[in-house]
Amino acid sequence: MDLIWDGIREAARLWWSGDGEIIEITLRTLAISAAATALALAIGIPLGAVLALRRFLGRGLIVAAVNTGMGMPPVVVGLLVALILWRTGPLGDLNLIYTPTAMVVAQFLLSLPLVVGFSLASIQSVNPRLIGQMWAMGANRWQVLWLLIRETRLGLLAAVMAGFGAAISEVGASMQVGGNLAGETRVLTTATVLETGRGNFEVAIALSLVLVVLAFIVNLVLTAVQQRRFVT
Amino acid sequence: MTDRVEAHIEIRDLVVQRGGVSVLEIESLDIPRGLVTVIIGPNGSGKSTLLGALQLVLHPARGTLTLDGEAMDADPVKTRRRMSAAFQEPLLLSMSVQANVELPLRLRGVDRRRRRELAEHWLERFGIAALARRHARQLSGGEAQRVSLARAFASQPEVLLLDEPFSGVDAPTREGLIGDFAEIVSEARPTTVLVTHDRDEALRLGDHAALLIGGGLRQSGPPSEVFDRPVDRAVAEFVGTENIWEGRRSESGVYQAGGVRLASTAKAVALGAPALLCVRPERIVLTREDDGSANQIRATVRAVRPRGPVIRSELASARLRLIADTPLTGWDELSLSVGDEVITRISPADVHVIEDTD
Repeated sequence: MDLIWDGIREAARLWWSGDGEIIEITLRTLAISAAATALALAIGIPLGAVLALRRFLGRGLIVAAVNTGMGMPPVVVGLLVALILWRTGPLGDLNLIYTPTAMVVAQFLLSLPLVVGFSLASIQSVNPRLIGQMWAMGANRWQVLWLLIRETRLGLLAAVMAGFGAAISEVGASMQVGGNLAGETRVLTTATVLETGRGNFEVAIALSLVLVVLAFIVNLVLTAVQQRRFVT
Repeated sequence: MTDRVEAHIEIRDLVVQRGGVSVLEIESLDIPRGLVTVIIGPNGSGKSTLLGALQLVLHPARGTLTLDGEAMDADPVKTRRRMSAAFQEPLLLSMSVQANVELPLRLRGVDRRRRRELAEHWLERFGIAALARRHARQLSGGEAQRVSLARAFASQPEVLLLDEPFSGVDAPTREGLIGDFAEIVSEARPTTVLVTHDRDEALRLGDHAALLIGGGLRQSGPPSEVFDRPVDRAVAEFVGTENIWEGRRSESGVYQAGGVRLASTAKAVALGAPALLCVRPERIVLTREDDGSANQIRATVRAVRPRGPVIRSELASARLRLIADTPLTGWDELSLSVGDEVITRISPADVHVIEDTD
């Protein structure tokens, strides 16, 4: 029990003292996960919309792949990205292995199925006649997508939360493709693993708390937006 | 009358299929400019399919649809922006009433000030200006349908496509809504295609009617003509001609049906030829006194049941079964009961004759 209290005290001390490394790791964590989530949203929402609205050969297979991807173990994704970005791999020339970019790619691949899956479910729940009305009002393809996003914003914000949650909480893939390099690719999760391994439980608890508070604040903001019921 | 009006939309050799089966086949139908064309027909007759094809959401297997002589599907978005639609469900988006009405204008890139002006105007016209700030979810069914219609008018469409927009609201609300709509549509004069299954609505709002049965166009013309002068038995049955008697022409303007002699001023069939004699139930007048005029048939009341503002009575004379709708006040004066004898009077002008080809 004392250990936990020590951890909480250490977390408070690190934050109030403005510990440079903690702030840097926190900001890096936020930047990498936000970039991965943004990419997943940019690709995942339109993809979810297409899967929800169109019928084409192979659609069932893609939906099944998306559903599988929603529960994909991060280490498998990490291994896949590592193999591709490895110096002798197909994209080895890009020299991305052990960089924040590689971590963004891995986290993006983990968030994408969640964003697609949530978008698909929420857009599929829209009354098809309402979509017909959007076309009848003279909307073009992009305007229909915009209206659908607007209409399903509660479900899509759940997609944002799930996507961001998957990205920020992920550790295995980040370790595999980022390497947990101090000052370069160390994020809150990988740092926590490292400190736990070293037996520095106070620091590990402090890092975990920062991670939880960070995730909580982001979700608090998203929930506030999501629950604003009568948005015009 | 309407035949001489210029066609705004021309439908030619249209075939729409579902799962490889034709669900709508129309050889030729013109939608006249600036008038209300009502599309009537039983369930599954292809009414909504026709509207879907006009909205360019259903793709015909064959045929052409033209608007002002131009193929409607050449640029679907551009064509849709010349039209607007309202359905049985109001289909409002999760936003305020004002934003809903402004939406079609926003999609067309109309500037904010003009959007606001037009939305306010149409909300006012439909008597719902006070609801402008209300969220769409906070409206009653009737209010929501008014918003849906205001939205349809807001973009000042050349063509208005309506799929039973009054059938989802309760009777008193519906009456007021149809009244307001009739007034607005007669002022704004968009080319209107109104799908309905309601006879009163079709007669009240329609300048022109097209009747579909089994995915085909069976009859078109002024609504009163379609309802009073059906071209065949199926149309007669659909439009509520309760009295369809099989008979034969016995002499000039006179027919025999079920042992009863009936005079008709309708276009005659050949002497001795089989004919269907059609009389609408509201055209049969019940009376106690024989005034010596044509087509007075003595009949016995077999059954009586109230139907809204009329009493529907089933009567029998010789082998003829008659159905009559009598307004409540007239019925009270007659004070008839089942088993009573009564004289039924039918004007020869109300006996419509169809050549019986079956």
